[in-house]
Amino acid sequence: MDNTELTFEQAMAELEEIVKRLEKGELTLDESISFFRRGVELTKYCNKKLDEAERSITMLIEGENGVIEKELPELDQGR
Amino acid sequence: MTVSEVNKYIKDLISRDLILSGLWVKGEISNFKNHYSGHFYFTLKDEKSLLKCVMFRSNASLLPFMPEDGMKVIIRGYVSVFERDGQYQLYAEEMQPDGIGALYVAFEKLKKKLEAEGLFDASRKKKLPYLPRAIGVVTSSTGAVIRDIINVLSRRFYNVNLKLYPVQVQGEQAAGQIAAAVRRFNELGNVDVIIVARGGGSLEELWPFNEEIVARSIYESRIPVISAVGHETDYTIADFVADMRAPTPSAAAEIVMPERAVVENRLDSLKLRLRNAMLKKTAMERLLLRKVEGSVAFRQPLNRIYQDRMLLDVQKKYMQKALSALDTKYRNRLSLLAATLDSLSPLKSLARGYSITKSKKDGSLVKTIHAVSVGDRLEICLTDGRLGCTVDSIEEDSNG
Repeated sequence: MDNTELTFEQAMAELEEIVKRLEKGELTLDESISFFRRGVELTKYCNKKLDEAERSITMLIEGENGVIEKELPELDQGR
Repeated sequence: MTVSEVNKYIKDLISRDLILSGLWVKGEISNFKNHYSGHFYFTLKDEKSLLKCVMFRSNASLLPFMPEDGMKVIIRGYVSVFERDGQYQLYAEEMQPDGIGALYVAFEKLKKKLEAEGLFDASRKKKLPYLPRAIGVVTSSTGAVIRDIINVLSRRFYNVNLKLYPVQVQGEQAAGQIAAAVRRFNELGNVDVIIVARGGGSLEELWPFNEEIVARSIYESRIPVISAVGHETDYTIADFVADMRAPTPSAAAEIVMPERAVVENRLDSLKLRLRNAMLKKTAMERLLLRKVEGSVAFRQPLNRIYQDRMLLDVQKKYMQKALSALDTKYRNRLSLLAATLDSLSPLKSLARGYSITKSKKDGSLVKTIHAVSVGDRLEICLTDGRLGCTVDSIEEDSNG
């Protein structure tokens, strides 16, 4: 399945829906299995989304050829 | 005394009065005229009386608002006499809306106008993304606000993507810059949410966030906007238009980004629930399977076959029996028929001495004397051969 268009939020919402449907227990075994597979796929996708973002703190500066992103000097970020 | 002298004397008298040379007067404006010369002419009134007023261009041009009829104001000035008309009047040097600041009047006016236009409608408010991929911030690049926002964001979600669009947040340029920055983020489309922020300050310092141009840029933004201006108690027009108002810039950072740990917990709990639900389902299905497996059909699956086979055997026996009975029956009947047939056979008659006479001419059987004539050739079949004969005579039996 293609998740590229899915936002984190959409993926979470779908996952939540799947869990609810599964918990109701009204699905057939085959349906349950395919829902479960999709659920596992979505959790992997969400985990990936959480980790793929890289820390980036920049300042936009209007230049001759549009906007330039300059890294903002970090002071006390208190990580 | 001349008229002029009287008026001049009165003017001198009034000018020497300490109270009249510098006073604050409260009243309602009427007959307001904005003269082409730039001077304001109007009347100040209360329930009982009127006072003629003039505000010269030098003072009038500095007013942050345009007076109008019905407006309640406080005016600082002095009373003097206009000698030509023999009329005393208040020379206004400063004017403030009564009780509330001029800015507040402007604020209320714009608020009412934009509200009527629907800029504050709840139905227009956009939902904030749960986990924005990138956050745009419109504020000053110096000062505590951007640092506070970065600090809070970093604490909540270290891998944050923040883009600051630096602007002035007070002074004449500020409103235009803030509005342009919001529009620019929309053009670039490189953030999922925008925070418009400024630290605490006086009403004048926060003023850019009360300007119509800022309100409109926020209203027109396709990207959700969080306003975070001043302290918790400060409300700006931007707050009303924004999709979400944060009481402070730090609060905006908390609103815009969930804590990573919270997100992870939510995800983990969903994962666990997913697994449990599936386990429960398979356990249930297995139980059902066990039940089916436990049934007789599964415990002795060949039972049915044995039973059927036995039945088959019995049937087979019946069939064989029936067949052989049929066989015997037909066999008996056959031998009976054969015996009958045998008894009817002409050969048997021949053996007993009978003979068969046939016409030699056409081989037809001769059964009557009338079928032949004297001299006809006949063939007589006996049991062991044939005789060729010629008819010599024909005698009819008397009783034939």
